[in-house]
Amino acid sequence: MSAIKQDIRTRDTLGASALRPDGVAKVTGSFSFSSDMWAENMLWGATLRSPHPYARIISIDTTDALLISGVSAVLTAQDVPGKATYGLISADQPVFASEFVRYMGEPVAVVAADHPETCRRALAAIIVHYEVLTPVVDPELAMLSTTEQIHPDGNLIRHQRIVHGDPHASAEITVEGNYTIGMQDQAFLGLEAAMAFPDSGGNGVELHIATQWLHEDRGQIAACLALPEENVRLVLGGVGGAFGAREDISLQVHCCLLALRTGKPIKMQYSREESFFGHVHRHPAKIWMKHHATKDGKIVKIESRMVFDGGAYTSTSPAVLINGITHTQGPYQCDNAVVDGFAVRTNNPPCGAMRGFGVVQACFAHESQMDLLAEACGLSAVDIRLENAMRTGDKLITGQVVESVAPVERCIRETNAIPMPDPLASNANVLEFPGGSGRTADRHNIIRGVGWGVSIKNLMYSEGFDDYATARCTLSNGVASLKFATSEVGQGFVTLAPQIARSVLGVDDVVLETSDTQIGSAGSTSASRQTWMSGGAVDGACRLVRERLFEHVGKLHNIDPIRLMVENTDIIDTVGTFRISVAEATQGITLSETFEHHHRKTEDLDENGQGNCHVAFAFVAHRAVVDVDVELGLVKVVQIATAQDVGRVLNPLSAIGQLEGGIAQGLGLAVMEEIIMDNGRVKNPSFTDYLLPTALDAPRVVAVMIEEPEPQAPLGAKGIGEPPCISVTPAIVAAIRAATGKALLRVPVRPQDICL
Amino acid sequence: MTVALPLTIREAVLALSNTPDARLIQGGTDMMVEINFNHLKPNNIIALRRIQELRTWQKNADGTVTIGAGVPYQEMESGELKQLVPALAEAARTVGSPQIRAAGTLGGNLGTCSPAGDGLPVLFALDAVVHLQSHEALRQISIHEFMLGVKRNARNANEIITAVTIPLLNGWQGYAKVGVRNAMVISVASACLAIDKSTNSVRIGLGAVGPTIIRCRDAESWLSQQFDFSSTTGIDGAVAKEFGRRVTLESKPIDDHRSTAEYRRHAVGVLAQRLITRAYPS
Amino acid sequence: MNETIGNEMYSLHINGQDRPVVDAWVGESLLYVLRERLGLPGAKGACEQGECGSCTVLMDGDAVCSCLVMAATAVGSDIVTVEGLIEQNPTMAVTAQAITSQVTDVQQAFITEGGVQCGFCTPGLIVAVHHLLDKNPNPTELEVKESISGNICRCTGYGRIFAAVEAVVQVRKANS
Repeated sequence: MSAIKQDIRTRDTLGASALRPDGVAKVTGSFSFSSDMWAENMLWGATLRSPHPYARIISIDTTDALLISGVSAVLTAQDVPGKATYGLISADQPVFASEFVRYMGEPVAVVAADHPETCRRALAAIIVHYEVLTPVVDPELAMLSTTEQIHPDGNLIRHQRIVHGDPHASAEITVEGNYTIGMQDQAFLGLEAAMAFPDSGGNGVELHIATQWLHEDRGQIAACLALPEENVRLVLGGVGGAFGAREDISLQVHCCLLALRTGKPIKMQYSREESFFGHVHRHPAKIWMKHHATKDGKIVKIESRMVFDGGAYTSTSPAVLINGITHTQGPYQCDNAVVDGFAVRTNNPPCGAMRGFGVVQACFAHESQMDLLAEACGLSAVDIRLENAMRTGDKLITGQVVESVAPVERCIRETNAIPMPDPLASNANVLEFPGGSGRTADRHNIIRGVGWGVSIKNLMYSEGFDDYATARCTLSNGVASLKFATSEVGQGFVTLAPQIARSVLGVDDVVLETSDTQIGSAGSTSASRQTWMSGGAVDGACRLVRERLFEHVGKLHNIDPIRLMVENTDIIDTVGTFRISVAEATQGITLSETFEHHHRKTEDLDENGQGNCHVAFAFVAHRAVVDVDVELGLVKVVQIATAQDVGRVLNPLSAIGQLEGGIAQGLGLAVMEEIIMDNGRVKNPSFTDYLLPTALDAPRVVAVMIEEPEPQAPLGAKGIGEPPCISVTPAIVAAIRAATGKALLRVPVRPQDICL
Repeated sequence: MTVALPLTIREAVLALSNTPDARLIQGGTDMMVEINFNHLKPNNIIALRRIQELRTWQKNADGTVTIGAGVPYQEMESGELKQLVPALAEAARTVGSPQIRAAGTLGGNLGTCSPAGDGLPVLFALDAVVHLQSHEALRQISIHEFMLGVKRNARNANEIITAVTIPLLNGWQGYAKVGVRNAMVISVASACLAIDKSTNSVRIGLGAVGPTIIRCRDAESWLSQQFDFSSTTGIDGAVAKEFGRRVTLESKPIDDHRSTAEYRRHAVGVLAQRLITRAYPS
Repeated sequence: MNETIGNEMYSLHINGQDRPVVDAWVGESLLYVLRERLGLPGAKGACEQGECGSCTVLMDGDAVCSCLVMAATAVGSDIVTVEGLIEQNPTMAVTAQAITSQVTDVQQAFITEGGVQCGFCTPGLIVAVHHLLDKNPNPTELEVKESISGNICRCTGYGRIFAAVEAVVQVRKANS
């Protein structure tokens, strides 16, 4: 046969730690984020937002604003030519508030002017008369029919029940708890920004936007602008992180409206403070859970009631709720369950997608429960989880059989095998102590604790949603060119896509075309789905091209195409001696194919929450080691050990980046991140008081990638973005409990929760 | 709108006298936040960054050290200044981030006069003196008279804070600051404790638990009756704990979005106990 | 109301060049001036209050947050942005695969070690790391962490960033 195979890793094919193609631009500062855009003649746009969480708008007077020199436009609800509202699931969110404002920060008007400072003056000159109303901020109260309904669609966004197996099953041991999850923010660094260019006729617009899903944005924007979709062209701007916060519309419609009104390019960007108001957050939730188990620790039944505070508008609350309740059992076998889940509208900020999407909340509850169960049964945290570990073929409490590879036991065992960190030395550097350079602790004040968290997470969209992805591959003169609308938000799809093409086609040079709406939808960069879906689309398009290439080569050289294969950068005859380089074979020809990758169909849930509503699942285990200054309640997360079910590692460097990054976000929710609300008012819309983990907060991460290829996945690889941030949170809290003996029923854990 | 960039203190106070509404800016770490957020729109600025006199410090013959108001915190973290005023070095290290420490100054902390200002508990514990200069006069004022309330101080509008003089005490001193994460924290509660063996006294200044930095004079006085600060043996655990409790009583914390009064009160008690135990370990 | 926004003119010394700033308002931050007036968008704004480090530049040899520097007061200072690092720094390849000669060794290490995801924090971090290694060529792990504790990264969790710094330290040591 052929000579010794070239090490695939030197070719940056699948499995190699290929480097980011946008890396040079990003490290030199030349990469264009959407906030870096600039155009001749451009004007700036800015938004007027409600200072009240709930109020009736009596009047809006824009006269003075329009008189300011340099102001080109002032728009309100009456200036929206098309649909007055938008939304991902239910179009219940106004482009501009007209009769009511329902959350602090809701947009009321926008202005366009020659300078951000002129914009600021114009906003200050708009006179809005509000009749301030009493906000409805408690979801339990909001749910009652006797409470004021703050929206025509009512306060109950969704209720779903799950009844599985025998609802009356019982067992010797019961443990229960009431768990609270605070409102986390995605806090991407790249602030919201966009540039809209109006077509000269005024019948169309091109929007350059940092977003997670170009086509979904386009549909909503076009409806509000009363323009056909093909006249609304979206181009992906450089995205500085997303984590779910860009799934909903923020400034898109506003920017386009101003562009069409003024006839000029409009740039809009949010400040950090505005960003806190300008995007959805993670749902705060209150979860009651009760586990019934045999005295050997085997789960017999789980009951739960979950209330998710969806804030003022629907966003993706219905889907977040379903994710939460369908993951009630965690990665464990459970034959019987009764769950009630509620997503509720309040005058709190709208909540929607954030990495983990409802499962973060459920996982904190179920993992806290598992530790209670362990204690009640006299088992260790590891053993209780091994006792109940889910396997392929087991059922969720929705009745769905988990067909995915489900190496839960292996995740736990391999995490457990990771060596513990060294104990904290008495002469350790103060920076290693909780409190760091604040010098609050001495060595003898510090107690170490260890805790566990294991989770299951669904991949892709659910409940019948066909979130397909599209890609086009063009091969010519030895160069492959890929086009897809997939949003690169930092996760590294732009690195992976060329790896796929190199593997399938035997080229080395791969060019990426612009991501825009000139090709079909790629679906959202969320739900840990792009490697599977857009990766599947790129893979499918490349395979089609390869097929045609083999036909071409076969015809030219009189070989049955079925005998041909790609080996490194050549096409060879597997049963002959023929060999030609791909470069030579594609000289002077162009082959182009577009492929849509669809995942299997899923179902709705019936009134008992039964149905095959998810596509696939991934699993992960986390073990946290923390040092706690018990008297002051300060925490240092020392080590996170993890084994994650990844299916197949397509790029080791990208993969570890996702795990470490997700762990940091889970750590944030565990000990420091929370949007603090007071009667509908956000108290901490700044990085001074919304605390993100710094380099000194980062734990040592020791990760094992468990590769059991997923047969359903086009590349054998599961999505890996969300699992890392899900069970790390309860693992950290469990570790703090171990160190302190405190019940700790809420996240984030605050110092006073530990020491008072 | 003007920006003056004086090279000397003299030029600066003259500029201030000529444009009384001018805002003084040194490192900018407080003022620029106000400007960026549109809370402040200065008409005239006097930038102090070029004044070398403000960026120097010196050890004085009388057992004090005078630190120019423009010396950035990063310079206090190490070297001879750290040897001379170790509590200040410890406090300096907790200010913001390395980028903030390269720009932030004691003059700025004093000008802003927030009870959460990291350097201020040290100045209070050491009975620092603030130097002010106007076009007409030089004066010195005790830190205790300088800080009047939350973001209120005794600086006259025509004065520039030029320096702080800190007595060098004979004895242990240390600083501790409570924050939720391990870097870039606004103080939830902080404390500086200093021993002066020559007068057999202990001083403790608390930050972020009152409208001004609080010196816990009752607790200080009580402890000086319980314990000989020239002692070479450790302090009794019960005494240290009681000291902490008494410190707690003199704190005046509030509830806000960062923390609760209850936690802050508890925290300063713990800090006081730990600091005195560090000074006199068993 | 017919107020002018600004009418200041001054000159800043940036990346070795004198750059005039015209018709500016005195309250503008250095970050704003770099990005909006001088065509140097490398420094990023993510918080405008010195809490994220994305805007880090070197000023007279110190790493500072450019969002907290009033541009008009930076006259006379020596300012280096991420765009200007290449002239002043070694470009030794960190691994066998040199990416391009147009990046410093720190920049290359960030790429080869996976320290870049969305990239928004990256310019500020690159400047901060150059500053660290200029002052301290052989930092301990904790010294590295403390020196970049003012640079927030939301994507990477810092692991690959630490690896990048370590890689540069080792290569510089080997080459010296």
